[in-house]
Amino acid sequence: MSDAAAIDNELRLALVGNPNCGKTALFNQLTGGRQKVANYAGVTIERKEGFYKAPSGRSVRVLDLPGAYSLDAASPDESITRDVCKGLHASEPLPDLIVCVADATNLRLHLRFALELRALGRPMVLALNMMDAAKRRGIGIDTQELERQLGFPVVETIAVRQGGSVDLVQRIDKLTLSVPEQVGEGGSLHAQVREMLSSAVTMPRLTAKIDDTLDRWLLHPVFGLVALAAVMFLIFQAVFSWATPIMDLIDVGTTAFGSWVGSVLPEGLLNSLIVDGIIAGLGGVIIFLPQILMLFLFILALEESGYLPRAAFLLDRMMLSAGLTGRSFIPLLSSFACAIPGIMAARSIQDSRDRLTTILVAPLMTCSARLPVYTLLISAFIPRNTVAGIFNLQGIVLFVLYAAGIVSALGVAYVIKRMRNDTTEHALMMELPAYRMPHPRDVLIGLYERAMIFLRRVGGIIFTMTVLLWFLSTFPGAPEGSTQPAINYSLAGTLGHWLSYIFAPLGFNWQISIALVPGMAAREVVVSSLATVYALSGNEESLGGIVAAQWSLATALSLLAWFVFAPQCLSTLAIIKRETNSWRYVWITLGYLFGLAYLASLLTYQISKALGA
Amino acid sequence: MRLSELAAKVPSIVREVESLGDNDVIARRLRDLGFVAGEPLVIVASAPMGGDPLLVQIGFTRFALRRSEAARVRVEHINV
Repeated sequence: MSDAAAIDNELRLALVGNPNCGKTALFNQLTGGRQKVANYAGVTIERKEGFYKAPSGRSVRVLDLPGAYSLDAASPDESITRDVCKGLHASEPLPDLIVCVADATNLRLHLRFALELRALGRPMVLALNMMDAAKRRGIGIDTQELERQLGFPVVETIAVRQGGSVDLVQRIDKLTLSVPEQVGEGGSLHAQVREMLSSAVTMPRLTAKIDDTLDRWLLHPVFGLVALAAVMFLIFQAVFSWATPIMDLIDVGTTAFGSWVGSVLPEGLLNSLIVDGIIAGLGGVIIFLPQILMLFLFILALEESGYLPRAAFLLDRMMLSAGLTGRSFIPLLSSFACAIPGIMAARSIQDSRDRLTTILVAPLMTCSARLPVYTLLISAFIPRNTVAGIFNLQGIVLFVLYAAGIVSALGVAYVIKRMRNDTTEHALMMELPAYRMPHPRDVLIGLYERAMIFLRRVGGIIFTMTVLLWFLSTFPGAPEGSTQPAINYSLAGTLGHWLSYIFAPLGFNWQISIALVPGMAAREVVVSSLATVYALSGNEESLGGIVAAQWSLATALSLLAWFVFAPQCLSTLAIIKRETNSWRYVWITLGYLFGLAYLASLLTYQISKALGA
Repeated sequence: MRLSELAAKVPSIVREVESLGDNDVIARRLRDLGFVAGEPLVIVASAPMGGDPLLVQIGFTRFALRRSEAARVRVEHINV
């Protein structure tokens, strides 16, 4: 058979269904690792496509459409699903077959959408998913009766079990594509669903008993909040201590690799570009990958388990009064590792205004890149005193810095809400799905996807920025017989000297001002830049020692306050541009963060100086 | 009675969803989610701060609704 004939013979099917129907698990089951994740043209909605070979040898292309409750779209995600199913999408051809996925334990909701899809008059199959959970709960479904009433094939599937989609694959393979009969006309869709449920489904109880029990505890006004705090504590513990050994390994690895490359390449500019610029710069970012993966491991597992919407439920009121929504919880939680995945996670917020506010305040969450700066300054300036018998003063300062970020995020969101002067209602209407044991395969595939997105997107941006900043810090070189460090004569150095006038009221000396310039690429670069500036000035001591000896406490506190707000991360700004598709919000973010940073540092420096620090 | 005024654990049925204005997306979505006349529902929980949002069980599904959203749903008690 020629290639052209093979393509003609290819079947294109689209998976459509309500959120929480197990559609992604079924997609993973059908396609295995053969997936392609990209974005739909012009929008930041994930487009997932995969392939499988049918028993007849025919190749099948599977498109996983975003979950939707209705074709009357209420979000950009649902619009994509509607447009593709109706053949209105600009770049997506009309699928040959719609595979509607329905949760067998939640048929009242899911069958209504299936009927809405049937009305499109396209060839269709219903995958009755989660049959294992349905059987466990004693739910009886007369598949043949259901098939008769729906007018198109109904196949049972268990997406989380090996071989759980074999029947579906075989049925689709033997199918002659035809438009479903529009049986049972008349009455609203809800009335038709009620009719089907009464004749084809027996349901011993509405929801699983275990879910009722779990919800009674996890949504309890007191115990629920305690449980949420415990979950958050566990995540932070994992992100900040369990990831450290791997991060140390990456650090040692990139340093060793850098010095090996440095020794192999001839001395000169190329050597410096590759070792100081590219390897050091990218190494400084990849080092955060273990933390980000650890965080996402927890987020994906919690998402699969059904707990995250419960957390959003508990926190919605508090976040709403600050101008956010319970759904902002997940993006903001992710931002503690890195604002980039956090801002990408804001896609799950349906209301575009809530989404924008979440994106704008996400950089205020203390990301892990600030930790090296905090650690350096706290260990150099804050004594290890014990306060009130149990608390460590250094720990308290670190906690205050984290809290300052959270409080200011709520404050900024509140100001945005007031400035927007928007009195229309923002919707919540959030389904709390059944609890589920997270499936390792689906968590791992999700983790792999996030890692690739992070590496590909951020890799590109950081790579460009690193090269640019290396260029700024290297050219022009130092003149003959100069005594100052070379960076001092470079463009970055000149910029730093100008900046030192602006930063003088904050107590920043010229070394700090220079270090802030390459620190634009990523915050933690400031630490290595300070080390470079002082090292090239002929200081032999460790950076912590120099800083403790040469800076006043007021300067140190001022720099800490700066880093609570400072928008020093070009990749974050780049991702805001990507996700909002607008430069305006980039400038707004940059402007308000610089304003807050300057103000906070000014106040901190002047007040602590007045107090004699 | 409105769903927002309903006490927890009191089994009730939906009478109708009222639209606020001509193009009330929230009301349309509530109907799509199954808030239609004759459908039994019950409030199973409410959030810690001020009891908002509410957790409403309708059919086999649980939805978190803010009180302002729930106020669109007219309900009446089921006489058991």
